[in-house]
Amino acid sequence: MSEVRPAEAQRPERFYDVVEGAEIGVAARSRSPWERLSDNTALRKLGVLLMLALVWELYARKLGNPLLVPPFSVTVEAFVQALLFGGLLLKVWTSLQILLVGYAAGLILAAILTTFAITTRIGSDLLETLTAMFTPLPAIALLPLALIWFGLGPRSLAFVLIQSVLWPVALNTHAGFMSVSPTLRMVGRNYGLRGVAYVRQILVPAALPSILTGMKLGWAFAWRTLIAAELVFGVSSGAGGLGWFIYESKNTLDIPDVFAGLFTVTIIGLIVENVIFRTVEVRTIRRWGMAQ
Amino acid sequence: MSFEVGAGERFVILGPSGCGKSTILKAIGGYLRPTEGEIRLGGRIVREPGPDRMMVFQEFDQLPPWKTVRENVMFPLLVSRRLSRSAAAERAAHYIEEVNLTKFADSFPHTLSGGMKQRVAIARALAMQPDILLMDEPFAALDALTRRKMQDELLELWDHTGFTMVFVTHSIPEAIKCGSRILLLSPHPGRVKAELNSAPRGDVASLQALEQRVQQMLFADLVEEELARE
Repeated sequence: MSEVRPAEAQRPERFYDVVEGAEIGVAARSRSPWERLSDNTALRKLGVLLMLALVWELYARKLGNPLLVPPFSVTVEAFVQALLFGGLLLKVWTSLQILLVGYAAGLILAAILTTFAITTRIGSDLLETLTAMFTPLPAIALLPLALIWFGLGPRSLAFVLIQSVLWPVALNTHAGFMSVSPTLRMVGRNYGLRGVAYVRQILVPAALPSILTGMKLGWAFAWRTLIAAELVFGVSSGAGGLGWFIYESKNTLDIPDVFAGLFTVTIIGLIVENVIFRTVEVRTIRRWGMAQ
Repeated sequence: MSFEVGAGERFVILGPSGCGKSTILKAIGGYLRPTEGEIRLGGRIVREPGPDRMMVFQEFDQLPPWKTVRENVMFPLLVSRRLSRSAAAERAAHYIEEVNLTKFADSFPHTLSGGMKQRVAIARALAMQPDILLMDEPFAALDALTRRKMQDELLELWDHTGFTMVFVTHSIPEAIKCGSRILLLSPHPGRVKAELNSAPRGDVASLQALEQRVQQMLFADLVEEELARE
């Protein structure tokens, strides 16, 4: 205690002039073009796609059997041909129409069910039981029943589509609602918000990351179910959809067209994921700092 | 336990952690119903949360991240239908100015520092011009320098607007600095140990004396507890 160490005694105090906001500026160094390119997510993803296409092309050429695996270039050609002359666009539209109807209906039902679940205890029990029962059940397994109930047509398709959308969306939305921070819930109740207004103004935006995940899952499940349904049961109400296009092409051994059909499904998936959902995310949860 | 808060008072509930001071505040807020007894606000019994008692929490995530600072301050005004949109915007601008955040009015909360977020929460609560402002350790998660600055700013705001507040804290200096009346709670089971008047602001000697008194009263408890345990 008593001894003063030499360092403490001898080192002089120093004072510096701090000029506010002067010459320091923002610390930044310009990045090399390569760094800038590799930081662009869209560009990197495009690179991945090109690489996959290249692997496909090389493998198919090495195999040399276009009946089994037509090369990428042949598939693209068949795709363009089908688009221009084969009525592929119409078939896509037929599929998308019913898909959107089923998807929208599924979302609305999920919204009603989860609102009911979060505002009442019996609703919560109901939702948890129903999602536990129906999430593992492939929606397509209900198609035979749906055909008996609603006949061969868009109503049966809509029914199985709703099945495939409703449960994953409801499950994720409910999980999102449950994980909203207690503080934010108290803030909402402090404002006097209750019931539907509370769900809409506090829970939905706060749980948006989970809700979007659910919507993406629902979209993917809906596509799978629709293509499967069209493949198995073919035409519904006059115009065939994309699944029917694939099935028909297989029957005529037009394998490049089969690939073109599958190719279309994946392209639409890529666009929906990377354009639509991504735009929504950038404008909402990323802008709000709720996701990276 | 029984106490009264007068209009315009800065009423501080001070006690060690676990004595139930936050619980009392949540009960005043209407989030918890007392098993016995009742809480009255200007004669009306408190039954549920409401915008007449605005709460400022300790956690930074009390600001909805999907609303800018301005929208956050306007949010309760609009939701409770107190004001029209333009009147709410005007009042929000005024209170944002009061907490010196005008430059950040259009920023989203995730771009703000902890102290700034708490200032938004205070502005949001004051803009409602509530009957009573409930503060649940609002500065506990801030660093020491920011905390001191926020305490000064809070007192300045009180000088301007003269709101009534109940402030919960476990820090003796904070209680003495921010409070005009201090409710001292003993550790579990939480009982009222004393209700003190704070010393006048700026009177360093009596502030220090008060701090010592409070400290002794709290430590006496702790010693008793230790003895009881042995």
